[in-house]
Amino acid sequence: MIKFLFERDTWQEVWDSLSKNKLRSMLTMVGVWWGILLLIGLLGSARGLENSFNRLFGSFATNSVFVWGQNTSKPFKGFQEGKRVQLKLSDAKIVEENVEGIEFVVPRNQNQGLVVRNFLSGTFSINGDFPLLDKVQKKKLIHGRFINQNDIDNNKKVAVISEDIYKQLFEKDEEMIGQLVQINSMNFTVIGMFENGNVNMGPTSDIHIPFTTFQQIYNQGNQIGWMMITGKPEYDISQIEADSKLILKNLNHVHPEDNRAFGSFNLGKEFAKITGFLIGMQFLTWFVGIATLIAGVFAIGNILLITVKERTKEIGVRRALGATPFEIKRQIVVEAVFITLLAGFFGIITGGWILIGIDSAFGQGDEAVIVNASVSITVVFVALIILVILGTLIGLIPAFKATSIKPIDALREE
Amino acid sequence: MLNIKKLHKSYPIGDSSLHVLKGIDLSVDSGEMVAIMGSSGSGKSTLLNIIGMLDEADEGEYILDGVPIKNLTEKKAAIYRNKFLGFIFQSFNLINYKNALDNVALPLYYQGMKRQERQELALFHLGKVGLEPWAHHLPNELSGGQKQRVAIARALAANPKLLLADEPTGALDTKTSYEIMEFIQQLNDEGKTILIVTHEEDIAQMCKRIVRLKDGLIMEDEKVEQVRASQYV
Repeated sequence: MIKFLFERDTWQEVWDSLSKNKLRSMLTMVGVWWGILLLIGLLGSARGLENSFNRLFGSFATNSVFVWGQNTSKPFKGFQEGKRVQLKLSDAKIVEENVEGIEFVVPRNQNQGLVVRNFLSGTFSINGDFPLLDKVQKKKLIHGRFINQNDIDNNKKVAVISEDIYKQLFEKDEEMIGQLVQINSMNFTVIGMFENGNVNMGPTSDIHIPFTTFQQIYNQGNQIGWMMITGKPEYDISQIEADSKLILKNLNHVHPEDNRAFGSFNLGKEFAKITGFLIGMQFLTWFVGIATLIAGVFAIGNILLITVKERTKEIGVRRALGATPFEIKRQIVVEAVFITLLAGFFGIITGGWILIGIDSAFGQGDEAVIVNASVSITVVFVALIILVILGTLIGLIPAFKATSIKPIDALREE
Repeated sequence: MLNIKKLHKSYPIGDSSLHVLKGIDLSVDSGEMVAIMGSSGSGKSTLLNIIGMLDEADEGEYILDGVPIKNLTEKKAAIYRNKFLGFIFQSFNLINYKNALDNVALPLYYQGMKRQERQELALFHLGKVGLEPWAHHLPNELSGGQKQRVAIARALAANPKLLLADEPTGALDTKTSYEIMEFIQQLNDEGKTILIVTHEEDIAQMCKRIVRLKDGLIMEDEKVEQVRASQYV
């Protein structure tokens, strides 16, 4: 049964009947070729978009939420409404210890400040941070290192600066590690430089200095600007947000139903929206691709049906010469599958070219919208298997049509 | 070789039916060369189609080489056709995108013969009809007579017991017709049993026996003195 697939004669027959009418064979293939091309092109582009999103968010713990204090909107426990809520370092600790599913809580502080170096200066956001920040918001350090525990313990005057600041305050190719910059009229030693991210989640961050140093120079005490809460991957970040806020309300004497006392930005939720969008787009891509493919395969079935009609007499002759109906059917199905697969291969190759084109047009550089647009080998195999199955099914229609007519009638056909 | 008894065949036409064969009794021995004659509508082609297992009789008995031909599945009919019968058609019925050699090899392909063997045998049969130099030409590069000779070589390729020719000279001019008939006579001389359907008297006279059909019945069945086609060529 399978053996005939490896016989030269089978393929000779297929080749003969396809090359007999090259134009028709080619037109037949266009449908499937187009379908596969669309499938590969769309899937690759969708993957490229996904890659670019992943690259943007890659440095971020996406299962996280920012929480900061605002003004209350309800009176509670003797406090008037409109009370300023100020988060403290201890709040962060209590939240971390009491809310289920939390991975990290990172307290942060920020201020605008004038940064001076020699005769150059600029106003940048100064952040007081713990080394932990690097865990939840990975800094891509080009030079040097990030803040460590030793810096925190000794209130060291060290700064990690962004590439942008370096460009503004330093000469091109100048060594920055160990250099001094003035922040708030105090000298800080530069210990590292990080690459500016593609996306700034939350407030922009230009300079990071140790949290304790920040407390000291700005006289912050135990106050914190906001905290970044990261949930373990298996926990729902919205629940963590709600739980954390409830604890914070309790700690800060805020009415439990006061929704304005704390501001928050749930990165997990935003990220879920984008992920959902990407999944939707992939679904759409498959849907469009497969639908086009089916249309293409039907076109093949249609043309094969016409071909069979045209070849009625030939089929009659073959049967008079001793071809069994099975042999006739088999031949037609093999032709259908072969032509479908051939068209599929061309589609995959041209689809690949399109992806290469997309990559060179939109996929270069850091700002690329579509990164590494590609399809996996699995997708290609799945597409080919679908083609074989569809080709076989569609080939059965003309195959049965070809043998449904009696050889005697087939021979009479002119 | 061939034994037919009380063969009936009718075709439905609308509500009524057309009774084409109304009880044919025919017996052909091995080595005979029989012409089946009759005007159009006499049922001669239908008879040939039934003998050729392309069509099935409604009633009656048909025994070919001791094998009763009855209630055949398409598959079985195909195998019998391949094994027992060689067809020669009026319009040659060569496959136009296959060269002469491949056309001749086609019945052997359906016998499941290996390619190499098949090509050799086909070439041998092409040689027998004198077309070896034309083996790799497509049918449309051949003349009518050459096409018919390719068709004959194809009919012979599977070494059939019975050769069935449906108006083999119908599409050919007189001279070519006689050349083809000469060749068919040679085959008969070598012992092949041949049945020819024709409406041309001169072609019929080149056979050894003439069966005349009229309105679905055998009117006349006579042995004749064979006219050798070679004397006209």
